[in-house]
Amino acid sequence: MSSDAPAATIDHHFDPTTSTGIPNKKILMWAFLASDCMFFGCLISTHLIYRLHPPPGTLAPRQVFSIELTSFSTFILLMSSLMMALAVNAIQKGNLKSMRWSLLTTIFFGCIFLGCQVYEFRNFVFEKHLTITNSILGSTFFTLTGTHGLHVLVGVIWLTGMLLYSFTGRLTERQAIDVESMGLYWHFVDIVWIVIFTAVYLLEYI
Amino acid sequence: MEAIAKSDFVPKGEQAAKPLVLWRPMAKAGVLSWLTTVDHKRIGFLYGISGLFFLLVGGVEALLIRVQLAVPNNTFLTSAQYSEMFTMHGTTMIFLVVMPIGAAFFNFVMPLQIGARDVAFPRLNAFSFWTFLVGAIIVNLGWFMKAGAPDAGWVGYTPLTTRTFTPTHAIDMWVMGLQLLGVASIAAALNFIVTIINLRAPGMTMMRLPVFTWMTLFTSFLIILSFPAITIALIELMMDRLFGTNFFEVSNGGLPILWQHLFWIFGHPEVYILILPAMGIISEILPTFSRKPLFGYPIVVFSGASIGLLGFGVWSHHMFTSGLGTVATAAFALMTMAIAVPTGVKIFNWIGTLWGGHLSMRTPMMFALGFLWMFMIGGFSGVMHAAAPADLQQHGSYFIVAHFHYVLIGGSLFALLAGIQYWFPLMFGRRVSEFWGKMSFWLVFIGFNATFFPMHFLGLEGMPRRTYTYDGNMGWNLGNLISSVGAFILAAGVGVYLVTIVYTYFRGARTTRDPWDARTLEWSLQNPVPEYNFRAIPTVHARDGWWYEKRHSAEIEREAGEHAKAEDAHGGIHMPFQSIYPFLASVGILVGAIGTAVVDRADPALYPGFWGPKIAVTLAGGAIMFVSVVLWSLEGCEGYHIHLNDDGSVKGDDARGGYAAGH
Repeated sequence: MSSDAPAATIDHHFDPTTSTGIPNKKILMWAFLASDCMFFGCLISTHLIYRLHPPPGTLAPRQVFSIELTSFSTFILLMSSLMMALAVNAIQKGNLKSMRWSLLTTIFFGCIFLGCQVYEFRNFVFEKHLTITNSILGSTFFTLTGTHGLHVLVGVIWLTGMLLYSFTGRLTERQAIDVESMGLYWHFVDIVWIVIFTAVYLLEYI
Repeated sequence: MEAIAKSDFVPKGEQAAKPLVLWRPMAKAGVLSWLTTVDHKRIGFLYGISGLFFLLVGGVEALLIRVQLAVPNNTFLTSAQYSEMFTMHGTTMIFLVVMPIGAAFFNFVMPLQIGARDVAFPRLNAFSFWTFLVGAIIVNLGWFMKAGAPDAGWVGYTPLTTRTFTPTHAIDMWVMGLQLLGVASIAAALNFIVTIINLRAPGMTMMRLPVFTWMTLFTSFLIILSFPAITIALIELMMDRLFGTNFFEVSNGGLPILWQHLFWIFGHPEVYILILPAMGIISEILPTFSRKPLFGYPIVVFSGASIGLLGFGVWSHHMFTSGLGTVATAAFALMTMAIAVPTGVKIFNWIGTLWGGHLSMRTPMMFALGFLWMFMIGGFSGVMHAAAPADLQQHGSYFIVAHFHYVLIGGSLFALLAGIQYWFPLMFGRRVSEFWGKMSFWLVFIGFNATFFPMHFLGLEGMPRRTYTYDGNMGWNLGNLISSVGAFILAAGVGVYLVTIVYTYFRGARTTRDPWDARTLEWSLQNPVPEYNFRAIPTVHARDGWWYEKRHSAEIEREAGEHAKAEDAHGGIHMPFQSIYPFLASVGILVGAIGTAVVDRADPALYPGFWGPKIAVTLAGGAIMFVSVVLWSLEGCEGYHIHLNDDGSVKGDDARGGYAAGH
């Protein structure tokens, strides 16, 4: 645990300074994600309950959704998870350059997802006339996917911050846990999207 | 030995020499030292002071309610003022009194019980406190504004809270304040979870954790899993109020019952968030003053876990009158009755602890025994509501009011008052006078029963909750008068209690280490507890760690010497740097919350575009928060080292905590 230990001895899955051997930041992130599950669980439940009681005269989801576009952005988001995993792997090996490229790609894919969402929202509001106020579908859809979009945005800002921070020279293999916990967050946001994509979009096409 | 130094404090070699820091506050005294503190003991103290302050606020609201109800057809308060009083009394007592005083003990006592030098994330801990304070301010801001205080009940049922029925900012502030209190609670709970799992001293296995620490862990899990439900409900309501969504708008397909479900999915675990810390405190006090180990320790721990687990499956018993259907009602009734089992198990374990013990009737013990008895009464009336047909009669009546005051005052508050008396010598090194302590106990005990016992009868005779007055011919006059007189006796008791502890804080008799001859690790420390907590991180050999240490002093002394030497070899005792950024982030949240909830929607004639005062203030607050969080992460979580003299004082230059001291 002294600072001059050779780099090769760092075990990224064991931290000798804690009671369990698991790094503090990892437990913090897992516990936070458990909490975040409940946040999304409540929002998704709200949507699933309300989709059973559409008031007469409001738009049906299939009249609004564009499943091709959303499938594309879902795929992109999943690929960003792959790049995130590569970034964590790179920093754990101390390969800063590889980590930077992986992070940059992750950010790029995250931005494509956000761009698709902005396009989708504008399209729904201005072309399909589904707004947050004019129907219960609009209220639950925009609130749920908007909350998820906000999570992606926070993730992109975090990733960008970490990328910039890596140029200060203070990000080394020793701080791999900082990238890893960010990765846990990013993967979680992706997994939530898989649930949302299934429960909000695909469910309407069964 | 590796486990005694925290990973975040590992010297970072050459990197530490050029830190990316704008400003390191070093003040150890004065206002700045409190704003920048990351010391779990100071943060605990801040929580405690805030909780006691709001106890006075909530108490005054309660007294005003009781004055209004003392006689029939009273006009002391108007109906509108009365609604504000009971709404804010409930909100204050639950979120701003019992929870923060509980958090005060989590902060102060829990790290000491597991042999840690601080919580896992000291700055996050400071952020939790400041955000709690911001939430408390926002919720109470209405008193000083034209909008008035929130007045829709502490449960905030829709559609009463929608813009149609309550257009003023009062509800906006309530909604925003509770969201912030949720953020603060979740952040604090995450911290406690990591601390308990990861910062235990060597030898402190999970099944050696003091029961109070176990209850802190369960409470923290309940907080992180239940607060999201109310936060989402509040966000949906806020969206309805700010942006005109339809979550609770019946005419567009919204279902107000959704609010009740989301609220009680939070609300029932919240009940256990309020009582589990109390049970933990009682499980520390009874063994100490019975001079016996806790009876059936694993059973007490597991029953705490099952209470927490079952607590998520009973929320609909708050909604039996809403027409759930027979099957759902029966299922929730059975689950609710099931919770009585682990609770009863705990009661029997406490009685088993007392059985055959050498009871020492000091003030904390008096409050603890009062808890046992009063909490049982609250539990009995609780099982009565579990039977759905009986609940249909009792719902919304004073019987319910009597029930939950028996569990919240007779349960939670008695235990918190016991805990303050119990840990006071450790916190401040002074002893509370037995005479005045017991005097306050008897006043509180008599006043409490006089106030709330008659409410059982009032409720069964049909007196409804939340109604500002009643006619003289209903047969409720005597009960209400007794109750109001009792409320003033209770207030006198709390007054004596508070005056006594404030006096003791300044003038009380000094006390020695471990004045109660207690059993858990926190009592091994000198009092008041030094900044660094443990001179050397202890090794724990038994469940009642300190009790073992007292009986094996030679072995412990040798070990402590070895630990201290090992730590010296690592550079000394690691201390976290203070930081202003958690406080600044909370200031940003305050500004943003004022923008969202308090500033009026601008006149479109004056501000035709996107920008207006509301948007500007909100975004300014968000910007302050964002910048603070960025600086917070850039300053890093390094610490400095201190070395101790033989008497436990910090050596010379180390006390200033300069960077050079450690690196």
